[in-house]
Amino acid sequence: MALTGLLPDFLVTKMDALASMLRKHSLWPMPFATACCGIELMATASSRYDIARFGSEAMRFSPRQCDLMIVAGRVAMKMVPVMQRIWLQMPEPKWCISMGACASSGGVFDTYAVVQGIDRFIPVDVYVPGCPPRPEQLIRAVLDIQEKVQRTGTIDAREFAARDTYEGPTSLANELGPDQMIVAPGDYNTATRFRKPLN
Amino acid sequence: MGVVGFHMPAYLDTLNAKFSGAFTTSAFRDNQRVILSAEKAYATIFPLLKCLKVECGFDMLGDIAGIDYLNYPGATDRYGIVYGLTNMTTGERLFVKAFANDPDPELPSVYDLWKSADWMEREVFDMFGVKFVGHPDLRRILMPHEFTAFPLRKDYPLRGYGERHNFETVTRADS
Repeated sequence: MALTGLLPDFLVTKMDALASMLRKHSLWPMPFATACCGIELMATASSRYDIARFGSEAMRFSPRQCDLMIVAGRVAMKMVPVMQRIWLQMPEPKWCISMGACASSGGVFDTYAVVQGIDRFIPVDVYVPGCPPRPEQLIRAVLDIQEKVQRTGTIDAREFAARDTYEGPTSLANELGPDQMIVAPGDYNTATRFRKPLN
Repeated sequence: MGVVGFHMPAYLDTLNAKFSGAFTTSAFRDNQRVILSAEKAYATIFPLLKCLKVECGFDMLGDIAGIDYLNYPGATDRYGIVYGLTNMTTGERLFVKAFANDPDPELPSVYDLWKSADWMEREVFDMFGVKFVGHPDLRRILMPHEFTAFPLRKDYPLRGYGERHNFETVTRADS
């Protein structure tokens, strides 16, 4: 009591650090594996690469038991509500890894049905480039999450309360002009990649 | 049967007797096709397929495919709907291609002949917007129900009209 008066907030800060230290070494991933990145994710969890060395081996297929969502693979537009619901079902504190080019940006699937980056719809903490990423890269992402947890984590997860705004990229609506709309086939004889719309 | 490499299949004689002038034929190796233009297709396709099933033994409908011939060189009609038939007794295969045109591409449903047409016609409807009249449950099968366009039409942009990003955004405050 007297100590609190002398050194305000000292004890609470140490508790944050202690909680973060414990928390970061027992991340429970929720594998949201929709494509080939999921195979790399399984390899990462297997004995050769062994994500258990970093305390994240307890993968659970129920979002209620997890605090780290790993979105591995492309997400089609019909999958977005599913992904959001799974994300909302996870208890806080929770983090998200966007694994691979497709989850992060749509990758090569720049088509009408594939979402161009999941960060437009849920918060993402760490992106992993690669197609698919090496298991070492995913382990690096887990280490980055651990560092983020240690650096920003609080015992009552109040750092998330500050994140009430949209964190993703700006809207895609104005990124594509009409001249960029690929309408195929415009012309069978020259077969250019970018074509003007056919009225 | 006398000419090596080519003989007139018997079912074509049957079709010629009943539907003379309504269709054309072509062949590539052992791939026999029967083609119905858009003006003839709507009235002819159902009785023709029924004749093939009942009288010629094509008891299996293996596939229904859609093709959009927009801007295709030499094409006169827009949507081609291809029925892949198989005679389970003799192993013969036959492809029947029926055409339909804008603004309301329509064909009669063949669900009453082959139950396998159910989902395949729904898929062609989903992707090309070809309506199959008489289908018991013609709704989208692959795309979400709120989708309004027909994505495999050639005048639909590859990246769509922005449907893929028409979702709510979840922030940390929501969870």
